[in-house]
Parts: sequence; structure tokens; C-alpha cells
Amino acid sequence: MMAPSELAYGPGDAPFPDPRDEITNFLSPMRAFAISLTRNMSSADDLVQDTIVKAWGNIDKFQPGTNMQAWLFTILRNTFYSDRRKTRREVPDPDGIHAAALFEMPAHHGRLAFNDFKQAFDQLSVEHREVLILVGASGFSTEESAEMLGVAIGTVKSRTSRARKRLAELMGLEDEDDLMGQGEKATPAAVTKPRQFVS
Amino acid sequence: MQQEMAQDPKKTRMIEQIDDNLKRVYNEILKEQVPDRFKDLLEQLKEKERRK
Repeated sequence: MMAPSELAYGPGDAPFPDPRDEITNFLSPMRAFAISLTRNMSSADDLVQDTIVKAWGNIDKFQPGTNMQAWLFTILRNTFYSDRRKTRREVPDPDGIHAAALFEMPAHHGRLAFNDFKQAFDQLSVEHREVLILVGASGFSTEESAEMLGVAIGTVKSRTSRARKRLAELMGLEDEDDLMGQGEKATPAAVTKPRQFVS
Repeated sequence: MQQEMAQDPKKTRMIEQIDDNLKRVYNEILKEQVPDRFKDLLEQLKEKERRK
């Protein structure tokens, strides 16, 4: 599957462009990450808006040549947790936007039922949602994810493994086939392989 | 997918399925039109900068 070309980030392609001009290239990934954290469309868009303003004002802290998406995701995530501490609650999804309208589409043959998957995903804890989106969907390496999440690499690995296990449980897949194994002793090597963003 | 050690193939398949679905969820949002408010905001910020 090809990622949109706008997502490709080539450090050093141009001679010192204003990095602020690149923020616009990451609006879609920021929204995707924000929705997975908030599970609410309007909260997600507010979060992206706040992130843009903060990134713009703190661009001097961005190191050119480093991964801007990771930098923006970190700001977005910090903003999310900071807001969450202030309100002391998770924003619910009263309109069921995230659960239904946004992603309504038929499940493909041979795949897990997509709607079941989305519902199960939304039931995960925010710690599990974010690690799965970073490592499983947006293709950040374990190292990059560890840096963004402010935890050790081993923690990212074990958290990813537990998140997948929990997701399987929520979809009722574990009992049926014991797909995730028992005891979680094996190192999930396949889980933690760094992936390129473009996949 | 490269593996460092032998793994339960069912488990590996499960992980692949989960990741496929995660990518679908993520890519669905990537394909959406970005609301104008963000591009407008960036324009406003840029405009403010020019006036400095």
C-alpha cells in the first residue's frame, strides 16, 4: 500500500527550508493520531489545532533533519495528556462518530470483521491505543516510539504485545483459537521490528 | 516479515491481521480531506509572522 507522497519526509532535500512550512504535510497523520487518542472527532480537531499553534511557536526547538512527524506527534500527545489531567476524564464519543460513521465500510473477505475491530480498538486503554497506532499503524520504529512515549524500548515491546493480546480478547479471538498464545512468554519479534513509515 | 525466533504461526498471523486492520483504520483517516480550518490557521500564523 502506498502512502500519500506528501507523507514522505526527506531531511536535507532542500537547503534549510523553514521547517514550519512542513507542518502542513503532517495534518492528516496528526488527525489520525488525535482521533485514536480522543476517539472523538471534534476533540481530535481541537487537539490538532492546539498542536499546530504550539509547534509553530516552538519551532526553534525542532532540530532540522530529525523526524518532524515524531516531533509533532510528541507535542500532540503531550497536549492530549495535559488536557486530560486538567479535565480528569477521557472524552467520550457521544455521537458514536468514531465508532460508526467515520469508518463504516464492509469487512473484506479473509480479514477480521473491520467494525468489530474498530469497536474493540476503542475499548482499549489510551496507552494501548497509542502504542498500537505508533508501532502497528503509522510505522514508527520501537526506538522512535519509545522516545515519543517517554518509556524504555522494552516497555514499548511489552506494551505492544499486551495491547494486541487485549485486542484479540476483546474481539473474542483468543478463546476460539488461542491465537495469541498463553502466558506471553515469547518475545514478539515480529511485532517489534522497526518499520518504515511508507509501507 | 522477518523473525528472530520461531513463533506460533497462528500468533504471527493474528499479529499481521491486527496490524492490517490498524493500518486500515489509520489510512482511512489519512485519506480524508483535511478540514480547511488547519490550513487557514497555518495561513494566519504565517501572516502574523510577516507583519512582525
